[in-house]
Amino acid sequence: MSEDDLILAELNDSELTEQMMDDLYDGLKDEIEEAVRILLERNWTPYDILTKSLVAGMQIVGDDFRDGILFVPEVLRAAQAMKGGMAILKPLLIETGAPKMGKMVIGTVKGDIHDIGKNLVAMMMEGAGFEIIDLGINTEADEYIDTAEREGADIIGMSALLTTTMPYMKTVIEKLKERDIRDKYIVLCGGAPLNEEFGKAIGADAYCDDAAIAVETAKKLVAARQENA
Amino acid sequence: MHDQSRRVTAKKTLIIACGALAHEILAILRINHLSHMALECLPAELHNTPQKIPQAVKEKIIEGKSHYDTILVAYGDCGTGGKLKEICDQLDVDMINAPHCYAFFEGTSNFEQRDEMRAFYLTDFLAKHFSNFVIKPLGLDRYPDLKDVYFSEYRKLIFLAQTNDAHIDQLAQNAAEYLGLEYERMYTGYGELPQFIQQG
Repeated sequence: MSEDDLILAELNDSELTEQMMDDLYDGLKDEIEEAVRILLERNWTPYDILTKSLVAGMQIVGDDFRDGILFVPEVLRAAQAMKGGMAILKPLLIETGAPKMGKMVIGTVKGDIHDIGKNLVAMMMEGAGFEIIDLGINTEADEYIDTAEREGADIIGMSALLTTTMPYMKTVIEKLKERDIRDKYIVLCGGAPLNEEFGKAIGADAYCDDAAIAVETAKKLVAARQENA
Repeated sequence: MHDQSRRVTAKKTLIIACGALAHEILAILRINHLSHMALECLPAELHNTPQKIPQAVKEKIIEGKSHYDTILVAYGDCGTGGKLKEICDQLDVDMINAPHCYAFFEGTSNFEQRDEMRAFYLTDFLAKHFSNFVIKPLGLDRYPDLKDVYFSEYRKLIFLAQTNDAHIDQLAQNAAEYLGLEYERMYTGYGELPQFIQQG
C-alpha cells in the first residue's frame, strides 16, 4: 500500500500518533485535523492528543530546524498543521481543565511588524500548557505591562526582528523598573538579531534562541519561582 | 598565478561586500576611476542566515590584511545584531553605519525618519532576483499559501531604485502585485555608498 492510500482511521493508536508526527513534519494540516478527530472519537483526552502527538511532533520539527535539516518554510507549514489540530483541541482543553503551567503576555515590540517567530513561540507555549495573551505586533511598553498586570501574568515575552527595534525591549524593562514591578515577571526575549549577551545587557531573565528553548526556559523559570515562593 | 600576484600588489584597498551590492560598487569604482580598489564579495544568500555574516566577513578581512593597506566592509548591520560591528572594530576596519542597504541607499537619516514599518523594500538587485532571493528562500514557490504568513502585516512595497531602468521598475511592480502590496517607487541612486567607498 502506498502512503497515498493510507487510511488514518485504520491505524491503531500507536501507528496513528507516529503517522501524526510524520504528517506534522510534512505540514499536512488536513491529515492532522482528521487524526485529531479520530483520537477524540477513541476517547483520548485532548491533553494527551496535544502532548503525545502534536507537541511531540513539533519537538522533532524544532530539533531538525536547529540542526539545519529543516528550514523556515517547512517549519511554518508544520506550525500551520499544528494550529489546525490546536483549533479543534483548544475549546476541549478549556472544558476538560488541562494542567496550566502559567500565563504569558507576548508581543512583537513597538516599531516591528515581524511576527513569525513570536507566533511560533506563542503556539509552542500554548501547546506546553501556558495560557497565552498575544498582543500582536508593534506593542508599546505600557501595553505589555498593563496587560500583564490586569491578567496576572507570570511571563512577559518580547520579540523583534530588526536591529533598529530590538533596543525597545530595554525600554519595556526600564518601565517595569520604574513601576517597581520588574521582579514580579519573568521577562523573556527573542528574535533573529538578538543573542544571550543582549538579553543580559537589557536585564531580561533569558534570551531564547527558538520556540522550543522558550518553552524549556519558561518551564524552568516558572518552576524555580514556584519553589522559591 | 602571475596575474593574481600583480592584481594583489597593484590594489591598495579591498572592499569586502555583500554580493547584492557588487553591481553598484563596480559601477562606482568605474565612474570614479578608483582603480586602486579591489572588490571581493560574499554570497548575497548569507542574508538568509545573518548570524553567519560576521564570521564570513572576519575570514575575508584576515585574509585581506596581508595584501591590502585598507579594508572597507560594505555591509550594514544586516540583521547581525551589532556582531558585525564588533568584528570590524576588533580588526580596525570601517563598515557602513546603517542598519541595512535600504537605509544607506535612501540615506540612513531619511530612512529612519520615514519610519514606515509596514513597508517591504526592494533594491535593483532584489527586483532583478526576486525569485531567487525572496520567493524561493521563503518557500513560496512550493507553498504559495505561506504568502499571508509572511506578508499579511505589510501594506506596501517600496522599490528603492538605484538606476532609472524601465525593465527593473516593471519587475518591482510585478513583485508588488505578486505580494498583493501597494507599489511605490523611490529613486535613490547609490545613496551613501559612493561616499563610503571613496574614503578608501
